[in-house]
Amino acid sequence: MSTQPTTSAPATVRAFSDVSVGDALPSITVHVDRARLVQYAGASLDRNRIHWDEPFAKKVGLPDVIAHGMFTMGSAVTLVTDWVGDAGRVVEYGVRFTKPVVVPYETGADIEVSGIVKAADPETKRVTVELTATADGSKVLGRALAVARLD
Amino acid sequence: MPVNADFQGRVYPPTETYRVSAAKIREFAEAVGSSDPVHVDAEVARARGYADVIAPPTFAVLIAQQCDAQLISDPEAGIDFSRVVHGEQRFTHHRPLTAGDAVVGTLHVDAVREAGGHAMVTTRTELATETGEAVCTATSTIVIRGDES
Repeated sequence: MSTQPTTSAPATVRAFSDVSVGDALPSITVHVDRARLVQYAGASLDRNRIHWDEPFAKKVGLPDVIAHGMFTMGSAVTLVTDWVGDAGRVVEYGVRFTKPVVVPYETGADIEVSGIVKAADPETKRVTVELTATADGSKVLGRALAVARLD
Repeated sequence: MPVNADFQGRVYPPTETYRVSAAKIREFAEAVGSSDPVHVDAEVARARGYADVIAPPTFAVLIAQQCDAQLISDPEAGIDFSRVVHGEQRFTHHRPLTAGDAVVGTLHVDAVREAGGHAMVTTRTELATETGEAVCTATSTIVIRGDES
């Protein structure tokens, strides 16, 4: 699936009454290569060399260039914002970075992201989505929880 | 090199104002692949009740990491940036960051601890408008890898 912006995002916010605990969100695959990391470094102003300079990354003991944890966190939550229908409805979002996403020069890496509704509060119409993100067979995010306010 | 535990509990003065721009929001949204037009189309944003285009949920890290730099670049803190790995990150949004916001960040060093040969530092940045409206709380834990890893 493309991760480039389009103009065809949902126009309305998902209704709380249409959501149940246990619902699965549509999964996405985020492809990340070196060019993408340079793009994210520029956008985020996080220019740490471990995210784009392979000899430097290896010199400091990493297997290769690794993705910014914040790139993984930021791209994973698009699963939630697309499902909710408004990126402004995410009121809380937290993750642990359990394993780096290694980004080889030739192939890049694929991050598989899925999500499950873990909790739904009828009083506040807030739902908690647990995200799972894996790359190269390993979980790269832990305790990844996003809370969104629905209509 | 040991991280200086005396920094735990330190609170820095508010940073210089960061002005949130529509251009930076667009650039950030494209970089993380957030396709919601609310990031790029002010009419869409206004139709949803926002004053202007709004930032993606993790945009605040851009400002928070500038605040963190006060700690990380302080030689007395003893943090070797080349050995820093991000351990945890959390955002609580009081409202979305919006183009036109003039935001200041106040950095709190909540915890400095050693674990398994590594050092872990937890910081919290409180982002508020210049007029004092709370916008976002960003909490980060970085791991400074020990020499033997």
